[in-house]
Amino acid sequence: MVSSEARKKMPTKSIAQEYIKGLWKENPVFRQLLGLCPTLAVSNAVINGIAMGLATSFVLIFSSVVVASIKKLIPSQVRIACYIVIIATFVTMADRFLQAFFPPISKSLGPYIPLIVVNCIILGRQEAFSSKNSVGRSLIDALGMSTGFIIALLILSSIREILGAGTFLGHQVMGAWFKPWIIMMLPPGAFMTLGILLALALFIESKTKKKTVKRTV
Amino acid sequence: MELVLLFISAVLINNYILHYFLGICPFLGVSKKIDSAVSMGLAVTFVMTITAVFTWMINHWILIPYNLDYLQIVSFIFVIASLVQLVEMFIRKISLPLYQALGIYLPLITTNCAIMGLALLSALNNYSFAKAVVFGVGSGLGFTLAIVLMAGIREQLALADVPEPLKGAGIALIVAGIMALAFLGFSGMI
Repeated sequence: MVSSEARKKMPTKSIAQEYIKGLWKENPVFRQLLGLCPTLAVSNAVINGIAMGLATSFVLIFSSVVVASIKKLIPSQVRIACYIVIIATFVTMADRFLQAFFPPISKSLGPYIPLIVVNCIILGRQEAFSSKNSVGRSLIDALGMSTGFIIALLILSSIREILGAGTFLGHQVMGAWFKPWIIMMLPPGAFMTLGILLALALFIESKTKKKTVKRTV
Repeated sequence: MELVLLFISAVLINNYILHYFLGICPFLGVSKKIDSAVSMGLAVTFVMTITAVFTWMINHWILIPYNLDYLQIVSFIFVIASLVQLVEMFIRKISLPLYQALGIYLPLITTNCAIMGLALLSALNNYSFAKAVVFGVGSGLGFTLAIVLMAGIREQLALADVPEPLKGAGIALIVAGIMALAFLGFSGMI
């Protein structure tokens, strides 16, 4: 769960670099392979992907700020339990909010909103970043990671919705000739699309970097 | 009869990995060898069964009677974390070989979304006690089935000539997609 950058000290990074690293270099989904369960599960429609991305971002940003501001008070033996309580509090808030104001979305996301609590992106960032850095830096890092997660969800859910239903955000984008690929809406489509996207990410990385890429799995 | 149907659907049709996408991390991480996949599967089945029992009791005897259901997320995660810890200590005392087989996988299970998903789904569907337990055992066995099958395929895959960028997680996900496709065939059963 501890990413490679946790071991390196990084006070040299500028604020902008701190933000941008979450978009591509340490993109949680494509590069770190974290948070795959919600990514696969809710990407069958763009609207679900956006809702999931925003809910996760809310939880990640607020728990990062809280953890960073009270990091000196948390005894290191029980830190994981403390992080989980903080995360669970914000997840409960997000879950209740969606239930009250957006009942249809809450219904279609089902158990996956409460499951943000065990999303490894969030716990991973607390352990690897917020517990060691200032409040400001943690906020920027959380914003970057959230953007990276939303981008990943958007790419995957757009591909699946356009090919699987011929629509984008519910609007018809493919002509009448297009026969929807039902398989893209079903679990196999999710697995295969993400597999191909991961390979694509590695391919682009190896072309631009020209050096061997370390893999986590 | 209803329980048998629920069991079959939990193992084959609504498989945790291939239908709900829960527990993908261990599914990709611990599926390189059949032995470790079997141990991981058994550990998950074991914890799932206990979790199903305890979270049902907490949900129906404490949270619902006192209208505290907004505390579900917090209390479930706490119950799971402490249960896993207890189970680990218990197994170490009772049987050392079993501890050595399951040991390293137990702490990983705390953050496994499959366990939390089980607690939430069984609360969401309002299962009775018997149903919740059967659902727990079935889901655990379904997880074991998927991860062991995957490990078998990946042992063969190690010898195959896979394109460079697809190696690792990429090909594993595509294989999982084909497995999910095969498991879709079961959905006509019930």
